[in-house]
Amino acid sequence: MPKDGGIGASTKRREDVRFLTGKGRYTDDINIRGQAHAWFVRSDVAHGTLNKVDVAAAEAMPGVLKVFTAADFAGVGGIPCGWQVTDRFGKPMLEPKHPVLAEGKVRHVGDPIAVVVAETLEQARDAAEAVEVDISELTPVLDMKAAIAADAPKVHEEIGSNLCYDWGFVEENKAAVEEAFKNAAHVTTLELVNNRLVANPMEPRVAVGDFDSAGGMHTLYTTSQNPHVIRLLMGAFVLGIPEHKLRVVAPDVGGGFGSKIYHYAEEAFVTFAAKTLNRPVKWTSTRSEAFISDAQGRDHVTKIELALDKDNNFTALRTETYANMGAYLSTFAPSIPTWLHGTLMAGNYRTPLIYVNVKAVFTNTVPVDAYRGAGRPEATFQLERLVDKAARELGVSPVELRRQNFIKPDQFPYQTPVAVVYDTGNYDATMDKLLEISDYAGFPARAAEAKARGKWRGFGVAHYIEACGIAPSNLVGQLGARAGLYESATVRVNATGSLSVFTGSHSHGQGHETSFAQVVAEMIGIDAGQIEIVHGDTSNTPMGMGTYGSRSLAVGGSAIVKATNKIINKAKKIAAHLLEASEADIELKDGKFSVAGTDKSVDWSGVTLAAYVPHNYPLESMEPGLEETAFYDPSNFTYPSGGYGCEVEVDPETGKVEIVAFSAADDFGNIVNPMIVEGQVQGGLAQGIGQALMENCVFDENGQLLSGSFMDYAMPRAEDVPFFKVDHSCVTPCTHNPLGVKGCGEAGAIGSPPAVVNAVIDAFHRAGRTDITHIDMPVSPARVWAALNG
Amino acid sequence: MYNFEFVKPSSIAEAVKALAEDGAQPLSGGQTLIPTLKQRLNQPDMLVSLTGIAEMKGIKAEGGALVIGGATPHAAVAAEAAAHYPALAALAGNIGDPAVRNRGTIGGSLANNDPSACYPSAALASGATIVTDRREIAADDYFQGMFATALDEGEIITAVRLPIPQKAAYVKFNQPASRFALTGVFVAKFADGVRVAITGASNDGVFRWAEAEAALSANFAPEALEGLSLSGDNMISDLHGTGPYRAHLCKVLAKRAVAAA
Ligand SMILES: Cc1cc2nc3c(=O)[nH]c(=O)nc-3n(C[C@H](O)[C@H](O)[C@H](O)COP(=O)(O)OP(=O)(O)OC[C@H]3O[C@@H](n4cnc5c(N)ncnc54)[C@H](O)[C@@H]3O)c2cc1C
Repeated sequence: MPKDGGIGASTKRREDVRFLTGKGRYTDDINIRGQAHAWFVRSDVAHGTLNKVDVAAAEAMPGVLKVFTAADFAGVGGIPCGWQVTDRFGKPMLEPKHPVLAEGKVRHVGDPIAVVVAETLEQARDAAEAVEVDISELTPVLDMKAAIAADAPKVHEEIGSNLCYDWGFVEENKAAVEEAFKNAAHVTTLELVNNRLVANPMEPRVAVGDFDSAGGMHTLYTTSQNPHVIRLLMGAFVLGIPEHKLRVVAPDVGGGFGSKIYHYAEEAFVTFAAKTLNRPVKWTSTRSEAFISDAQGRDHVTKIELALDKDNNFTALRTETYANMGAYLSTFAPSIPTWLHGTLMAGNYRTPLIYVNVKAVFTNTVPVDAYRGAGRPEATFQLERLVDKAARELGVSPVELRRQNFIKPDQFPYQTPVAVVYDTGNYDATMDKLLEISDYAGFPARAAEAKARGKWRGFGVAHYIEACGIAPSNLVGQLGARAGLYESATVRVNATGSLSVFTGSHSHGQGHETSFAQVVAEMIGIDAGQIEIVHGDTSNTPMGMGTYGSRSLAVGGSAIVKATNKIINKAKKIAAHLLEASEADIELKDGKFSVAGTDKSVDWSGVTLAAYVPHNYPLESMEPGLEETAFYDPSNFTYPSGGYGCEVEVDPETGKVEIVAFSAADDFGNIVNPMIVEGQVQGGLAQGIGQALMENCVFDENGQLLSGSFMDYAMPRAEDVPFFKVDHSCVTPCTHNPLGVKGCGEAGAIGSPPAVVNAVIDAFHRAGRTDITHIDMPVSPARVWAALNG
Repeated sequence: MYNFEFVKPSSIAEAVKALAEDGAQPLSGGQTLIPTLKQRLNQPDMLVSLTGIAEMKGIKAEGGALVIGGATPHAAVAAEAAAHYPALAALAGNIGDPAVRNRGTIGGSLANNDPSACYPSAALASGATIVTDRREIAADDYFQGMFATALDEGEIITAVRLPIPQKAAYVKFNQPASRFALTGVFVAKFADGVRVAITGASNDGVFRWAEAEAALSANFAPEALEGLSLSGDNMISDLHGTGPYRAHLCKVLAKRAVAAA
């Protein structure tokens, strides 16, 4: 019987009541009495010397309080980077300065030069037009391979090179990998581009700074996925504000997909300006501004090679990737093409030898950082395209070549050659499930029917692995992270038995308020309605690391479990006292404490009341009250995996690709709320399909963004995606977290792009066009037509 | 947006008078104009709204033609033209999204003459007459290249008269991002011949494909276009498709339009 609450129930999302009825409270809904408005003057050229910024005329305009330039930030630190990668030769990456406002040079279209703060937004915009900016244009650095030539113009002269790092992983394996390629019976090679994406969350970024001059207290309201990290980075590294004088609030946040993880200049600006002007200062990004100031995603150029023996076993894998960093290092940018990408290159396979080389390059483009999946989609795309290509070259079924090389269920835990240890998984099971739900056996009949209509039908498979539940702090510390990646929770039980749970995770659409409450309700055996989940405010939640990397339930949920267990242990002691029994005999079931083997019991609220009205209470041995905090640091990543199948129809006349069916068989370990999981997968699939067929962030030869609005940047819409078949009945629970959960937030975006492109190539091949072995994303009608007629 | 004055006249005469002022500009559905104002790309002193003028709204069938008021929104055309001119109604019903169709108007679309807009192809293929506050202009003379028309300063489109063909169809291939026409072909068959108008493709804006018209006038069947082709040389080339791709689409879509008519 389906449950109507607790773990495993498809409880409707409680937060949707406010989101769907207009009662959500987003950052832009926050208006503080007396607030002034900020408008950023941004560079309209990609690369140039900033000769002069004259603000005199602008400052004389009506309503203008002040126009800020780099000079105002002379005593202030730059925007820090949160991860230091060490290169192949043991040297730290090159780390250029990232000023709050451009100093001496502008480095991408959108680079902030000056900020007007005025009484109204219109006055600020009017005055912004009067700011005189004198720039001498320089040749923009755009192509990554050309950028690392010795004589190329430099994005940052002071670091001497556009090569941020040249990373090799596992460097010690390099020679052995080369040897394996020499001895290979077959080598498959693929060169590809992983297209740059714009995150485009529904809600653009907003920052409101407030300053209480009497108490010296700063408050920043911001659209962030991790308010504590912003407090730490901005407080300690940029503005020098100690934590106890800085409160960061991220209220309802309308999506982030990674782009709201980072600390941005606009946040530091409003915080700084609020104190300077002694006025609250608000900035709301326009959609056009978001296109040139939010960190973007992907943008890799890769060559990947697979060596196989005569029996089609994978013997070695080698990659060379150029990863675009953009003009500055965004908060976690260096880690994405390295530790979140190289460590995934084993995929689901037993490839014994792997070598990954990544060259991270500065260019005069918008900075690039994590975007849903972050490094793992790039790894999965190249690997799953390559395996498909190998199968076609060898004349074997792409499904069977994968199966043959899968890590088998009895081989877990599995040590990969790229550092990570997979705890559990069953890839044959998810592949079987995929073939079942997608009716793989019936595909030839469907293809024949499509052919009669003049359409080329193709079936594409991809099987992915991801490393989620980020991350063991000591491990990531060794890898260069400048932060811990544990999570925190405080469980406060109120006197009459209801609970407030304060989590360091942050929900910006994921449904934490619902699923976290389900976990606690299950543990105590009370109604989920008794539990409130509180997040997003550094003034009331314990220091946490926020939400990204499919970590919230696996890491944040585990912290909640830990804290709730502490609560239950203490409550049992109180119950033992009240029931005059031994603590060891107390059982908690359905919200009732009873003495084993007797009919003596006290219910949950009887115990909680005793904790706060301690008249009959063991005060000599125990403090009153019922509130516990826990920090959970995972001992390993979690490894969700799954098989994805995409069925397309290609219109050979126009080149249009239609996705006619899409099936996903995932193993997310245990599931807390199946409905929420299904929604997360559907959203991820839509974004992955967007990348595969539609989305493309393109700069022209001058570094101008050509796809700078929704008129040219193609976002997927409902009509572009089919009804998804989503299954998560294959379960191999995670062995190292208390819930046995693995995380599901990114899977859809990771597994779907290669499935889509494999399906298109399959359609080509079935139609006799075996000459076309790859097509770069987005697989737009024009590109398909060009491939067919090129 | 910069500040501007706003007037909402209730007659064509009042509107024309208001538009005689320096810096005055007509505002119809605002679906094109308001976004440009928000981006501060345009700075009119005064906007003269046309949507309160009853004589510029509505659809009526008159002597084998459909007369549509210049301020009639796309949604009204989609609903009310269906019985008379289904291909035109279908075109209107496929412009933008419901909000755009409820606000955007036929007059605004024809005045703007976006090279990727849908209505210009219908007007040209139908051999429509553009009726203004001061004269009547044949569609063949009206469209003068991308965003360029025969309208004079301050002249407004009060109505459009579209002869109703025996058979017609519009096939639009969406630009993936904007969903305007990457290329769109309108084919209309009249007793005295076939007209084929193409939008979205040419650097010169909407145009008639003379060879296709001749071939289809002789034989109104998709096969009639088989041997024809257009050059991609003067076609729009952008992120979403090259000139040769658009030239290719013109033929594919023309054939599909003939089949659908
Ligand atoms: C999201 C979106 C999607 C769209 N998709 C499509 C599409 O798929 N196909 C398509 O064809 N169009 C599309 N459009 C454009 C839409 O059809 C507009 O409504 C149309 O281009 C302009 O009509 P309007 O009434 O809104 O004109 P306005 O925006 O009010 O005016 C446009 C211009 O015409 C002038 N003008 C307006 N009315 C008159 C008149 N009667 N006489 C003289 N000058 C006048 C104005 O001064 C202005 O310069 C889309 C628009 C949007 C916002």
